[in-house]
Amino acid sequence: MTWYAFLGALEQGFLYGIMVLGVYLTFRILDFPDLTVDGSLPLGASVSAVAITHGIAPFVSLIMAFAAGFLAGVVTALLNTKLKILHLLASILTMIALYSINIRIMDGPNISLLREKTILDPLASFGLPGYLASPFMFGAISIGVTGMLIWFLHTELGQAMLATGDNPQMITAQGVNTHNIIILGVGLSNAMVAFSGAMIAQNQGASDVNMGVGTIIAGLASVIVGETVFGEKTVTRACVAALIGSIIYRIAIALALGIKWGRFSFTPSDLNLITAMLVIAALVAPKIKEKLQAR
Amino acid sequence: MILIESITKFFNRGSINEVLSLNNISLTIRQGEFITIIGSNGAGKSTLLNCLAGTYFPDEGKLTFNGNDITQWPEHRRAQFIGRVFQDPLLGTCAALTIEQNMALAHKRGDRRGLGIGVKRRDRQLFREKLKILGLGLENRLHDRVGLLSGGQRQALTMIMATMVRPDVLLLDEHTAALDPKTANQILELTQSLVEELGLTTMLVTHNMNQALISGNRLIMLHMGKVIMDVKGEEKKNLTVRDLLARFYEVQGEDFSPDRMLLIQP
Repeated sequence: MTWYAFLGALEQGFLYGIMVLGVYLTFRILDFPDLTVDGSLPLGASVSAVAITHGIAPFVSLIMAFAAGFLAGVVTALLNTKLKILHLLASILTMIALYSINIRIMDGPNISLLREKTILDPLASFGLPGYLASPFMFGAISIGVTGMLIWFLHTELGQAMLATGDNPQMITAQGVNTHNIIILGVGLSNAMVAFSGAMIAQNQGASDVNMGVGTIIAGLASVIVGETVFGEKTVTRACVAALIGSIIYRIAIALALGIKWGRFSFTPSDLNLITAMLVIAALVAPKIKEKLQAR
Repeated sequence: MILIESITKFFNRGSINEVLSLNNISLTIRQGEFITIIGSNGAGKSTLLNCLAGTYFPDEGKLTFNGNDITQWPEHRRAQFIGRVFQDPLLGTCAALTIEQNMALAHKRGDRRGLGIGVKRRDRQLFREKLKILGLGLENRLHDRVGLLSGGQRQALTMIMATMVRPDVLLLDEHTAALDPKTANQILELTQSLVEELGLTTMLVTHNMNQALISGNRLIMLHMGKVIMDVKGEEKKNLTVRDLLARFYEVQGEDFSPDRMLLIQP
């Protein structure tokens, strides 16, 4: 792997890292498998792209994407808590609806940002070359977001969120409305995913309605890889693990794409299959291990 | 004071599996009463507690707490004045969080939760003091995850948590039934000392007639969703297992023979 390819993988790892933290929040903390993310990632990209093409500052567009993602998550959480639709189905419904909404927002299936301003411009104006500027910028942002999530999970509200996912009966008996916590948590998760999508769009110079396909699987794979490599004993460790998992996952993909057996090599379109198999293996491995140990 | 007026609760109403769990029950629970509730399986003991806590909503009737109509209040809102300990020792605490984090959650029962830090430094001393009462050495394990504790330790911790913010009423739903006899006794002693010390209004559901007789100052027997016995004060003190059984078989329409005494443990 070349230094250049490594920096590219690092950049992707940081970019998607915030999405992975969002998936960690729903999947691990709230125990709420949330497929909305496949729609909220392009939602963030669309909102940011439209904002930028309308002359809004790139950083401000990130905040708009964050807010849009929060709303998408709130819709899923409301479908689940108030209308009693199964969480998985509720999130699929929002995800499907977002496909139409994203096309409406962009007034088409994609928007190019090639000649537009992005959040990387301030660094580029210092004369930093692009291949260094982007890992640096996205690294700083994703480490900052990780820190904020760790802080939040240690607040009174954050602790109530941890308990809601672990033991809803206990936290209800302590006077917490679990519906509100789920709405806040799923909202926050999708806000982070949309934020990530907005940065991805700015980095790759385009927003596309299909860019979200497989987000949940990539997120899960990264969370699991991170936990396996870095551990999950404390919340702080698990959050850092999610970010590290994202980086390892992107490096693994870059390596996989470089493999050649004779005439065979992987193409980017094979990634979803590989990732799905990786997640299945990771989900099944503990059970197989348990069975073997029970013998 | 809690007023329970003509509470009726069905399960699976209108279906072939319809069960009438509470049949027009009315009770007045006064400040400082420690009520033990006994009855056979399906008598409605747990349902009564769950209707008070808001886990279930009654189909008919009215619940009043200190003059407020709480019939429609959701469970989390009633938690501001209710402390609860469940039969399942795993239900009252959060396994993924540490002992101090669990206690901090209980310390805010009924309060708004904001962005202040969850476990405050100044509260740790209080947590340690509370845990010392248990004599289980938990005061030195504040940073351990609760999932590492045994069922008895978790139930003891739940007792402390349920009374950390003084509850207006403490609901104990067979909270010693899932423990071994020795641990069950320790939890029961802890219950009695906490209730006495804080002067708590308490409702204790139990299957154990002896437990129902030695604890509390009022005893209620439920059968098929109805109150069939309600004894307090001196009368309760003089009550024996024999009296309870006699009443039970009387309602069932059977004669009580002393042989029945053999079926229960002393």
